[in-house]
Amino acid sequence: MKKNITVVLVLLLLVVAIAVTPLLLIKDSEFGGADGAAEEAITAINPNYQPWAQSILEPPGGETESLLFCLQAGIGAGIFGFGFGYLVARKKYQKGV
Amino acid sequence: MKSKKQRFLIAATAALTLVFGCVESVSAMHIMEGYLPLNYCVIWGVLCIPFLIIGLNSIKKTIEQNRKALLILVMIGAYAFVLSALKIPSVTGSSSHPTGTGLGAILFGPTAMCVIGVIILLFQAILLAHGGLTTLGANTFSMAIAGPFVAYGIYILCKKLNLSKSAGVFLAAGLSDLFTYSVTAFQLALAHPSEVGGFQASFVEFLGIFAVTQVPLAIIEGLLAVVVMKGLESYARPELTELRYLEGGN
Repeated sequence: MKKNITVVLVLLLLVVAIAVTPLLLIKDSEFGGADGAAEEAITAINPNYQPWAQSILEPPGGETESLLFCLQAGIGAGIFGFGFGYLVARKKYQKGV
Repeated sequence: MKSKKQRFLIAATAALTLVFGCVESVSAMHIMEGYLPLNYCVIWGVLCIPFLIIGLNSIKKTIEQNRKALLILVMIGAYAFVLSALKIPSVTGSSSHPTGTGLGAILFGPTAMCVIGVIILLFQAILLAHGGLTTLGANTFSMAIAGPFVAYGIYILCKKLNLSKSAGVFLAAGLSDLFTYSVTAFQLALAHPSEVGGFQASFVEFLGIFAVTQVPLAIIEGLLAVVVMKGLESYARPELTELRYLEGGN
């Protein structure tokens, strides 16, 4: 059990390290998101290509978009945490099983 | 010859990105709305339908056989929901997000994750203008079909090779993440073959950009999958046994 906790903590630290390293190493990048940049690559390959459909709801700006992404992560994390909480408590109060 | 053309393409891309004012390379994530010609949208969409039907049935069967597993399924879905909202910086100087669908494939089988993947993609396409409704089929195929099947296959293979459970989960989740974006690159290259090098040149370019960005994220996804699995192994033994992830005492 104790060994498991150590392993989990080390793994989580590793995750953070992998995510942060590019930020420290690459200084001149904004780490731009996919959507716009991928469009540019297609335009470079095929300059005449016209996207033939538009998103039905486009967030008006970065703030609203980040709100929705936060909401997605928040909802997910809430449900996930609720589930884990249930499982942990179940084990704690069902010592016999 | 070919490499010359590729170099030209890369230079053209670089020049274009410079025009847009920032040093930015293409990062992966989903194919954008309207950027796949209609015929490809239809083909990928039709290809997904049988997997979705099998997936719905598979989920129904799993829940009928053991109701307790429903909680784990919901948690795995929530896990994928969180991961696909996290845009993580990568070594190429751009950001992308993990998929989170590999872990569920190990527990519930690959087709069950098709259904969960579609729900996530729909949410992002409708509300976030991320991905798209016309490209839903193609994105479903890469993230919710190709990825989970690779995860499942690799996990079984690792089991056959007698690797530890953690190693199997790590490899399955990580490689399925990487494979998802290789499929995205394949789909884009198929729809947008380069004028000078054809499909191959496009594929090499898309793959070079997409896969390299995804490598550190794939490692992150693999590690997180191991963390979640360790947690479930500690607290959800009855469910994992019912799902045949844990056998007997072990």
